[in-house]
Amino acid sequence: MSTQDAYEEYYVPHNSKLPIFASLGIFLTLYGMGNMFNEMSAGVDSSFGEIVFLLGGLVMGTTLFFWFAQVIKENHEKLYSNQLNRSFVWGMSWFIFSEVMFFAAFFGALFYVRMFVVGWLGGEGERGPSDMLWPEYTPEWPLMNTPDPERFPGPQAIISPWGLPLVNTILLVTSSVTITIAHHGLNDGNRKKLINWLVATIALGVVFLFVQAYEYYHAYNDLGLTLGSGIFGTTFFMLTGFHGAHVTLGTFMLIIMLFRAIKGHFSKEDCFGFEAAAWYWHFVDVVWLGLFVFVYVLGS
Amino acid sequence: MSAVIEEHHHDDHHHGPDKGIMRWVLTTNHKDIGTLYLWFSFLMFLTGGVMALGIRAELFQPGLQIVAPEVFNQLTTMHGLIMVFGAVMPAFVGLANWLVPMMIGAPDMALPRMNNYSFWILPFAFGLLLSTFFMDGGAPNYGWTFYAPLSTDYAPPSVTFFIFAVHMMGVSSIMGSINVIVTILNMRAPGMTLMQMPLFVWTWLITAYLLIAVMPVLAGVVTMMLMDIHFATSFFNAAGGGDPVLFQHVFWFFGHPEVYIMILPAFGIVSAIIPTFARKRLFGYDSMVYATASIAFLSFIVWAHHMFTVGIPIAGELYFMYATMLIAVPTGVKVFNWVATMWQGAMTFETPMLFAIAFVILFTIGGFSGLMLAITPVDFQYHDTYFVVAHFHYVLVPGSVFSIMAAVYYWLPKWTGNMYDETLGKTHFWLSFIGVNVTFFPQHFIGLAGMPRRIPDYALQFADWNMVSSCGAFLFGFSQLLFMFIVIKCIRGGKKATDQVWEGAHGLEWTIPSPAPYHTFSTPPTDMKEAHG
Repeated sequence: MSTQDAYEEYYVPHNSKLPIFASLGIFLTLYGMGNMFNEMSAGVDSSFGEIVFLLGGLVMGTTLFFWFAQVIKENHEKLYSNQLNRSFVWGMSWFIFSEVMFFAAFFGALFYVRMFVVGWLGGEGERGPSDMLWPEYTPEWPLMNTPDPERFPGPQAIISPWGLPLVNTILLVTSSVTITIAHHGLNDGNRKKLINWLVATIALGVVFLFVQAYEYYHAYNDLGLTLGSGIFGTTFFMLTGFHGAHVTLGTFMLIIMLFRAIKGHFSKEDCFGFEAAAWYWHFVDVVWLGLFVFVYVLGS
Repeated sequence: MSAVIEEHHHDDHHHGPDKGIMRWVLTTNHKDIGTLYLWFSFLMFLTGGVMALGIRAELFQPGLQIVAPEVFNQLTTMHGLIMVFGAVMPAFVGLANWLVPMMIGAPDMALPRMNNYSFWILPFAFGLLLSTFFMDGGAPNYGWTFYAPLSTDYAPPSVTFFIFAVHMMGVSSIMGSINVIVTILNMRAPGMTLMQMPLFVWTWLITAYLLIAVMPVLAGVVTMMLMDIHFATSFFNAAGGGDPVLFQHVFWFFGHPEVYIMILPAFGIVSAIIPTFARKRLFGYDSMVYATASIAFLSFIVWAHHMFTVGIPIAGELYFMYATMLIAVPTGVKVFNWVATMWQGAMTFETPMLFAIAFVILFTIGGFSGLMLAITPVDFQYHDTYFVVAHFHYVLVPGSVFSIMAAVYYWLPKWTGNMYDETLGKTHFWLSFIGVNVTFFPQHFIGLAGMPRRIPDYALQFADWNMVSSCGAFLFGFSQLLFMFIVIKCIRGGKKATDQVWEGAHGLEWTIPSPAPYHTFSTPPTDMKEAHG
């Protein structure tokens, strides 16, 4: 019976208004976005999609703010047992796993194109249809000319890995170190160290995003490397773009953790919010290393 | 077990359910959310069913008589999408919500607010999906597998909303699965080891893992479609250096595990019901667990058996043929164990048992036709014929759907506190059993004779069996109204159920009162003797 005596109540809220607003929020956001895209592609001049999208974003953002605030408040009220905190730990781990699989789909597409499609387009393995459509076409990777250059004009040049991408690699790897130093500060009870190194991590993340934005600008305006420049541009921008979106989200998470650290939240025993953000940060870092190797270095 | 029932804690959240509609909108209770999932799933089952009857009505005779071909395409597509994502999957999630906490002695799901969120996304997602019927160009018409470029270059504009509806279903599924996994890993009563869990819990643990692994891949593939349609990317366009076959690879990397997502929980249900009514312990518990895990592993490495005719290299064809056939081994272990459990058992044939036995037999038929389809050279003949339709409907309807009905009959007395009407239940079973076989068995014949699937009209030689099939479909479809009547009748009253309900039932859920109180196991049970069924 000792286990039962030691059992702490598992907190189950009686009910909550948050999820239904979050459902409405995700619906409005995506419904608005769908309308936006359809209006854009059909050339319709209407702001209906944008309005619904912005409204949805507002509902979603507000709901998430109150949702996290509620969780933090309940945690400070000591409603959460160790067992419940373990649920958060497991939950975050599996969420990151789902993110890994999302990226795996895009990496898989890249590998498939490079391993098989390029050869087949060049007539390897007697693949009839593409051979009949474009008999003269000889592809090589990176795909600077596409089978149908009128519809998909190939890029003039691609981005060398040893310039800005290398800088970005150094930035992100460094940021993984700085966030670990911040974590040590938290564990040592040294709040100043926590805050300073968290600021450094956020700064590195922001600089990374600016470098990435500059690289995109350069690709679009100087190199003719775009989403529409064939499969190289497609995989390049989709992989690095989704990564950039995740860095943005990770930076946002770290900024919130910074505000919480300044407010005096977190202790060595009770800092899962910070740890979850740090895990997420390490995850986007690892994805970047994959991108650097497979998209930039081996891709060019 | 009195400690389980007594609600002597001071906590204010231990009172019963709220009154009125807001109870269902705001609830964080796993039983309420399970009920919501199950009713939603039934509503979608009827919606998708009406579409199926539209399809079968058109196919009753050769020629075009009821729906235009473009509407027919929309009906087949939406029927598939709604049945897979709206009926079967939410039904299993509903059962997981109701049963997993009660089976492992947990007070609720691990993340109750997220649980509510997972459910309430679904009505929005399916509302959006169904609204495409009223858009310009109509609903999705490219089949539930939405192959590019049919779903990109040649799709109606509603494809954008289809994509976002799929994204919402994916978000819901991933959050629901995280909840199930975390509940099972973190919330088991002290003393319950993994190898003591009921098989329904085991199969759901593995299903949830599959869902978290492949729903993001589905999100990836629809995102690629979205970009190809609106942002000039060339994932699935050979003119830009991409490949339409890439779509099929990514889709089926999701799609094949998805097939097992829709059957593994069914294995768990049948593994709970057969021992109860055979009055024996399940034969080969450990091998059942390992077989389930093996099937899950194999599901990741067999996807291209859906693509034998697209022109993959011969080495690929051979590999995917042999790998696919391997799945017959763990599946055979399972069927063997179910039969061995019944062997020399003191069997009775209440409605759940009838559905469970029908599951074992008819699912096995679906498995055998699957083996036939796995043989590459033979598949060149069968591909895209009604033989394929017969195959996957055998595993999904008398497979997954029968298991869900078996589960509802089996646990309904625990949920409502009342016994359902056994005579009506058996009537429902026999009507469904006959209806399902009359519908789908003849489709093997017309498929082997060469009738293509997804076609509103057909050559005259297929007429007789199509007529038989349509008759069966209407019998099966309308029988489900009887099912609804039985469930509602049982909720409203009936013979009171005992706590154990079934004489041979084992497991923690049978140690609590019937109907199950709003909150169970607020403190975990300590007696693990009853834990595994």
